[in-house]
Amino acid sequence: MKDFEYVAPVTAEEALSLLSQYKEEAKIIAGGQSMLVVMRQGLLAPEVVVDVKGITALDYMTYDEREGLKIGALTTHRAIETSPLIQKQFRVLSEMERNLATIQTRNWGTIGGNLCHGDPAGDPAPVLIVLGAMLKLRKLTGERIVAMEDFSRDILEVDLEPSEMLIEIQVPPPRPHTGTAHEKLMVMQGDAGIVGVAVSITLKPGNGICEDARIVLSNAASIPLRAKEAERCLAGRAIDGDLLTEAGEVASKEASPPSDVHASEEYRREMIKVFVKRVANKALERAKLEVR
Amino acid sequence: MKGEPKELKITVNGKTYELKVKAKALLSDVLRKDLKLTGVKRGCLESTCGVCTVILDGKAVRSCSILALQANGHEVTTIEGLAQGDKLHPIQQAFIDHGAIECGFCIPGRVMMAKALLDENPNPTREEVRLAMQGVLCADAGYVKQIEAVEIAAEKMRGGE
Repeated sequence: MKDFEYVAPVTAEEALSLLSQYKEEAKIIAGGQSMLVVMRQGLLAPEVVVDVKGITALDYMTYDEREGLKIGALTTHRAIETSPLIQKQFRVLSEMERNLATIQTRNWGTIGGNLCHGDPAGDPAPVLIVLGAMLKLRKLTGERIVAMEDFSRDILEVDLEPSEMLIEIQVPPPRPHTGTAHEKLMVMQGDAGIVGVAVSITLKPGNGICEDARIVLSNAASIPLRAKEAERCLAGRAIDGDLLTEAGEVASKEASPPSDVHASEEYRREMIKVFVKRVANKALERAKLEVR
Repeated sequence: MKGEPKELKITVNGKTYELKVKAKALLSDVLRKDLKLTGVKRGCLESTCGVCTVILDGKAVRSCSILALQANGHEVTTIEGLAQGDKLHPIQQAFIDHGAIECGFCIPGRVMMAKALLDENPNPTREEVRLAMQGVLCADAGYVKQIEAVEIAAEKMRGGE
């Protein structure tokens, strides 16, 4: 790893003024669970590392029935996984975290660091996209809100200016009559997903017709991919097994999965079919419990 | 200046150290090289194997994936901090008595993982033990005995040992 200058601000304001001072030369480190790996590989060699892990004011979770869930960017994966609040209101987030790497990584790694790393194989982004999450970004001169769905630009690239940092993840209150689920193909629990799928299904009460469907794939393109064609297969129809098979096939065609040491493109396409069907079915079953 | 050593104040196994370390030094490097705590193993260096696991502020973490400076002001426990004089920690004793140690390389990380688990949850289910033990890889396939050893240790610790 190359040498770098290291600064450890203790407030967000201090961090933002350091970022505005160093600009492109600086890179934020939070838990560093992904970043140190790419730095050791030489893919990233910042001049200045701004360590924000000590900004304890950004480690929080709050929930309000109107405002929804707010997660400080420096909340650890483990805190999200084990939070009774999350387990009750946003079970899918806790389930996703449980399969994200190992306990040690979740103990130190943060949700904000994970999202800003921009790995298309990451698990939180697809789940947050189906939940309709927004991100609060801040720089010295102001704040902006970006939809999680629009945040990813390319492999390891996100919509974050050099002088900006992610402050908060905002998840709207759980939608009524809706079920959500997430699963990924792993050789061993905690592996990066060979492919991953998050699904949200909203049913019309009374007739059981699908009112809205959201399907997001990980490790299936250069960004977390919203499979909009597959979503259109489900919307406005009564979902059965055949329709889910069709949605899986459509999603598999929409994707442009990589081919690497873990799996060929062809295998990933097959697994997208399997996992879209499986996860959508799980989301559907959960939605049915909500309309009862 | 880039590369210039920075001050690090860290408490390890109950003793506070004031050191000067490079910004790029990993916590595992400082523990092994500066403090000579070689029970902390170096394995994959890419957060896959878990043999470098130590306890930081009560939580198991991978010391190869944390900058030493990120532990500034924090408290670390390594395998060297478990025994009380000649008396081994119940987890260490259970691993020996139950024949859970094969080559031994992953054992320090694994014992620290077990310690973090039992400190937080003195009466874990088998599934909880399995999930925790999954954070450290064993190349000898010794998992079954290790999981049983953690359960034996948990029982002894609940009995006040």
